[in-house]
Amino acid sequence: MEVLVFSIFNGLLYGMLLFMLASGLTLIFSLMGVLNFAHASFFMLGAYFAYQISGFIGFWPGLVFAPLIVGVIGAAVERYGLRPVHKFGHVAELLFTFGLAFVIEEVVQMIWGKVPVPYDIPETMNVAAFTWRGLDYSAYRLFMLGASVAIFLALFVFIAKTRTGLIIQAALTHPNIVSSLGHDVGKIFMWTFGFGCALAGVAGVIGGNVLGTEPSMAITLGPIVFVVIVIGGLGSLWGALIAALFIGIMDNLSISYDLSLYPVLALFGVEREVEGIMQDLVNLTTAGLAPVLPYLFLVLMLILRPRGLFGTRDV
Amino acid sequence: MLKVTDLHAYYGKSHILQGVNLTVHGGEIVSLLGRNGVGRSTTIKAIMGEVEPHGSIKFKDQEIAGMPSHEIARLGLGYVSENRDIFPTLTLRQNLLLGQKIARQTGRWSIDDMFDLFPALRERADTQGGVLSGGEQQMLTMCRTLIGDPDLIMIDEPTEGLAPQLVETVAGLLSEMARRGLSILLVEQKLTIALKISARVYVMGRGVVVFEGTPDELRDNEQVRKEWLEV
Ligand SMILES: Nc1ncnc2c1ncn2[C@@H]1O[C@H](COP(=O)(O)OP(=O)(O)OP(=O)(O)O)[C@@H](O)[C@H]1O
Ligand SMILES: [Mg+2]
Repeated sequence: MEVLVFSIFNGLLYGMLLFMLASGLTLIFSLMGVLNFAHASFFMLGAYFAYQISGFIGFWPGLVFAPLIVGVIGAAVERYGLRPVHKFGHVAELLFTFGLAFVIEEVVQMIWGKVPVPYDIPETMNVAAFTWRGLDYSAYRLFMLGASVAIFLALFVFIAKTRTGLIIQAALTHPNIVSSLGHDVGKIFMWTFGFGCALAGVAGVIGGNVLGTEPSMAITLGPIVFVVIVIGGLGSLWGALIAALFIGIMDNLSISYDLSLYPVLALFGVEREVEGIMQDLVNLTTAGLAPVLPYLFLVLMLILRPRGLFGTRDV
Repeated sequence: MLKVTDLHAYYGKSHILQGVNLTVHGGEIVSLLGRNGVGRSTTIKAIMGEVEPHGSIKFKDQEIAGMPSHEIARLGLGYVSENRDIFPTLTLRQNLLLGQKIARQTGRWSIDDMFDLFPALRERADTQGGVLSGGEQQMLTMCRTLIGDPDLIMIDEPTEGLAPQLVETVAGLLSEMARRGLSILLVEQKLTIALKISARVYVMGRGVVVFEGTPDELRDNEQVRKEWLEV
């Protein structure tokens, strides 16, 4: 029971982190039609900046400044990188973001090296928030959960209620009209891109010290974020939320329970004492399967419902 | 107020506007008439910067050819497209709010003004734009542009496909705009309203202006009407 509760908790947490990345990615996609392959790289930058800043002035200022810097870098990338490339079409944009991901990884390795940096959980938070049936739940994890839920709520209020949010929504579908009404759509694109990157940066700040801050963190997480927005439906924030939570919880459950898949195979008449390739299958557990599960769902989703859960257009 | 000289525009290789000249003075209602496909919409899109203009476009004595649309709008030039493009997922009130160029912009028109002029819109203020009727959407697009307080408004076929009673409503709004001191450049196909309210009319034929004069002069000129207007 406690294992179930804790893995759901951790799953929610991982899911909310994924959502922070996926929401920015999907916002950028629906606004500009650009699938930003470098999105997770901004997540990584958030973590590294937070590591650097927290070394000087502590974790809390890092939580504020690291995402800000990432946002400004993102805005600059849109203005001086993507926009000039835009006139050559979507493929050129895609290649640009693809290249950017490698550039960022190289730069990170040049500055901080190839091995993980010691970006740690702040001392004051490295305690148990509560203990339940002998299991500790760390205060930092609780903070992560609170922060990500708060950001999620703020994002929804911003998009749905503020004037800027409404202008962004309108520019998603009718950029020409929005600009004929006197709004600078170019600037809106630039700052939305920056804002999406900043969201990824926040995820990096609060997730980097739990998941590990290293040059491969972008490549590890990036594909899963894509899975999230495809399953949720390109361009849909609600879809991204549900898909992110689903994948987060599923990942944690399959690892915590580590069930053997043998009973399923037994249904097909497979004996436990087989040899060769089948031996590996018999020994397979859900934990072993966890890393591929998201991609399995991706493939299933693409076959059964190519537009994703809440998407309005096919991938 | 607006002076267009030798305006050319292209869609790919096709040369659509081939030297359009027209002028709108302050406080004047001017109509741009012509058959389908002669380039009336393209003319105002080029003025607005949505289609790349070649030639000179002076608005309030400032050259605006080549400026981005939002800057042209901010100079006080309003545009209502022929597509009745409301923002379908936003409510009617939110659509109107986005007409303001800055938050809480005030000017000749307030949102309450709009609701007083069109009580039907007030009733539907919190309805999603996408489910409004065609007539309501037409009124909404015009009101949305007016909220931004333009000094000159260009309106593309506001009466197309509307029932006669709604055509009257549109005509009423146009008169109200003129009363509040706006200049209007109206693109129309039907002559009825245009001849009634315009000070001057232009007739376009295949990318150029083929007639310029007062409504009376157009009424008397059977040759122009036969060749360029009647089907
Ligand atoms: N996006 C476009 N691409 C290519 N050609 C276009 C495009 N839009 C319009 N045209 C062509 O340009 C010409 C002028 O079109 P325009 O829309 O200005 O006509 P119009 O006078 O407004 O008539 P109407 O609105 O009744 O169709 C037409 O021949 C049309 O086929
Ligand atoms: Mg037209």
